[in-house]
Amino acid sequence: MSTGGPTIASIKNTAFYRDVYEPAEDSFALVDALAAHAHTWRRAPPRLCLEVGCGSGYVVCSLALLLRGAGAAAQLLATDINPAAAAATAETLEAHGVHSRVDVLLTDLALVLLPALAGRVDVLVFNPPYVPTPEEEVERGGIAAAWAGGERGRRVVDRLLPLVPALLSPRGEMFMVAVHENEPEELLALMRDAGLEARVALQRKADEEQRERQQRRQQDLQQQLKQPQAR
Amino acid sequence: MKLLTHNMLACHIKGVQNGFPFKIEAEKVEVQEADFEPDFLQHIFPRIQWAALCEAAAAMGVEGLPAEATEEMLEDDAFMKKFHHALLEVHLQEGALVCPETGRKFPVSAGIPNLLLTEDEC
Repeated sequence: MSTGGPTIASIKNTAFYRDVYEPAEDSFALVDALAAHAHTWRRAPPRLCLEVGCGSGYVVCSLALLLRGAGAAAQLLATDINPAAAAATAETLEAHGVHSRVDVLLTDLALVLLPALAGRVDVLVFNPPYVPTPEEEVERGGIAAAWAGGERGRRVVDRLLPLVPALLSPRGEMFMVAVHENEPEELLALMRDAGLEARVALQRKADEEQRERQQRRQQDLQQQLKQPQAR
Repeated sequence: MKLLTHNMLACHIKGVQNGFPFKIEAEKVEVQEADFEPDFLQHIFPRIQWAALCEAAAAMGVEGLPAEATEEMLEDDAFMKKFHHALLEVHLQEGALVCPETGRKFPVSAGIPNLLLTEDEC
């Protein structure tokens, strides 16, 4: 670490509201994978990085800090479709003093950045809404956009993946979270068919207690979301 | 939002052909100092749409960018400082991005452009 600052974002300084996905085991795994990889950025600094679906901002903030630690001057962009998430990300970035390095855009995936971004993204980060849910959950908006993944949890994943080969630069890398239900082997095969290399960078078993906690939290949220309709 | 980001955004309303660049309506502009990285500027220069950057800088009240820029100017320290400032230090905090073709306004609030489309626009 060259600057003496923090290497990744702190949970304490991460903003999340009721309508924003709170950093959880999946976020930590994603940041751990990025951190394990960051030493390669010293040699070849990424110039343009993009996180699709930035939520609380915990991941993109960690990425900004890791890039700074690696001495890489990079442009960072973060998108989310949920206004509360975009605001939380901005807040998290500011709390870590990296807000001037990352621009946050309220938009769907990265459509507004194509074609300007075509072939230019060196690091693409994606923690998609991967929880299998009924299809209609996907359209609900708000916090549901952070986890509701439709059939096999693939609804949003399958919208972004076809864009990935066009977005990535020749040296570009994508870091993406998937769970068993998403059929990761098939995701890897899809990426390989598109001419990319694909592998499992990090594998983690959510321990039962954590899984339980997460499920309960999701049930709570689903309840909250259903209440207005039930009335 | 920095002008570097503005330089990459294009209106993606269905059917729009010339959605680049967004016109900027600036209500509040903030200057935030950024590390001066000549390497990065040299890397990014060939990818910048210069006319769009000039127009955006003017809308933000930033002066001193030449109307045209060439590779040779990257050797000139004074030019590099101005380029750095316009690209990375000037932030649009409040205002709007206006689609050059349709006139549709996308509000910018607390530095975040809201580029969400309505169902009819997708």
